[in-house]
Amino acid sequence: MLTLSTISKTYANGTQALQNLSLAVEAGEIVALVGGSGCGKTTLLRLISGLEHPTNGKVLIDGEAIVAPHPAVAVAFQEPRLLPWLTVAENIGFGLADLPKAEREARVDEALLRVGLAGYGPRWPRELSGGQAQRVSIVRALVTRPKALLLDEPFSALDAMTRASLHEHLLALWESHQPTMVIVTHDVDEAVTLADRAIVMQPRPGRIFADIPLALPRPRDKLSAEFIEAKRAILAALDGSLVDTTPTKASPRVGGAWW
Amino acid sequence: MNAATDTIVVDETGAKRPRLAAFAGNRALLGLILPVSAALLYEAAFRFGLVEARLLPAPSRILATLVDLGKSGELWTHVLATVLRVLAGFVIGAGVGTLFGALTGASETARRLLDPTLQALRAIPSLAWVPLFILWLGIFEASKITLIAVGVFFPVYLGVMGSIANIDRKIIEVGRAFRLSRLQLARRILLPAILPDYIVALRSGLGLGFMFVVAAEIMGASEGLGFLLVDGQQLGKPDQILAAIIAFALIGKASDGLLVAAARPFLRWQDSFTAAGR
Repeated sequence: MLTLSTISKTYANGTQALQNLSLAVEAGEIVALVGGSGCGKTTLLRLISGLEHPTNGKVLIDGEAIVAPHPAVAVAFQEPRLLPWLTVAENIGFGLADLPKAEREARVDEALLRVGLAGYGPRWPRELSGGQAQRVSIVRALVTRPKALLLDEPFSALDAMTRASLHEHLLALWESHQPTMVIVTHDVDEAVTLADRAIVMQPRPGRIFADIPLALPRPRDKLSAEFIEAKRAILAALDGSLVDTTPTKASPRVGGAWW
Repeated sequence: MNAATDTIVVDETGAKRPRLAAFAGNRALLGLILPVSAALLYEAAFRFGLVEARLLPAPSRILATLVDLGKSGELWTHVLATVLRVLAGFVIGAGVGTLFGALTGASETARRLLDPTLQALRAIPSLAWVPLFILWLGIFEASKITLIAVGVFFPVYLGVMGSIANIDRKIIEVGRAFRLSRLQLARRILLPAILPDYIVALRSGLGLGFMFVVAAEIMGASEGLGFLLVDGQQLGKPDQILAAIIAFALIGKASDGLLVAAARPFLRWQDSFTAAGR
């Protein structure tokens, strides 16, 4: 569904953010990109979003190249980035300007209901808490019913309680249309809670170090042995990714054999 | 919440504090206390013969002069002349300022090309242009309006350029992620984002417009509030000077209030912020 083939990204200042990275994501799959800072995970997400362009290689969605922001791909950023001059409802409907008013309002109302913010439509973004604003930001991306949703550390600024409740909200939202999701995170717990697959990345230059399937049953119990085992596998891969930073000819890919 | 605290205050200290709070809540009234009591004090001093009011006439005298000028219709002629000059200069100055500000704010090339020159021109005290404008444009309306327009231009130009440069790149990216065209981006993101700063720029432009209309009218005019000032000086009528000054204050405040009121519907999202922060 999402295909990245031999992607490289070198910035104008010479920083090589990504090198020969290939990745395929299936429709409806939830993939977590995990890695230390500077490993290019946010860059990778921005390449998929079409906000930036790879120096080499291609990003394809259903076989179609992404060269600019694509209608089938939506993004939720690290900060909510709500427009302060629009009400909560207008913010959610921002990407629906082409729809008739009645349908737009119906979709917005439904979205508000789904994230537990019914009645918040007429409020201003300033009146929301951080968690509420981030929920609005995520549904703003989802109301356009994209095939793929990209999330760039969307919960990193929130406290643990709020984060846990937003994980549930996100999975509930995913249920309805089951978009493909790529979520950047540095929180191993978050990766195991949400994802079907964790991609552990390695810095300088950014590339994939390990590809760890997370075939745990849902809903996931954070105290179960499998959950803890999966966390351990990702943590071990993260440790390995930071120790071995010399690029080898074939980028080291460790498959499901990891655990 | 407020009602609750008020009740507690009443319980503790009787009915005094809530009444004061209610008065303080009406900010307009609070602002009037100082000038009104100063005027009353001076009036009383004058009545009791404590001051000699030849150079600083009593408030009642100034008021009477103002009323007389109003009744004879003379005041309105002058007010109209001044207001029309400011309006014309403001529209031209703000329009051109907005245009150049938008250009230099949006395009790096335009900024490098135009901004140094404009900044150099800004460094010239605007009144230094007066002789040149009179030489070029004559002593009638054109030179006055040009001077006012120059005064209005710079704050508006700087405000627009600065506000465009200061727009949060992250918010623009939201527009890009939603695949807005350049025009949509301008209308749905840039315009609302710069509006608060733009209103501030227009207000300071308008303030300077009034400053420069006085300068222009003092240089030579047969009508206008600035003319009333000069006329009062030459005829030794301080009450007329003060009447004109008060008229300036009232018109300036009113036009600023009008601008703010016109912008208010678009800035409601900010109102709610100040309301919450109070």
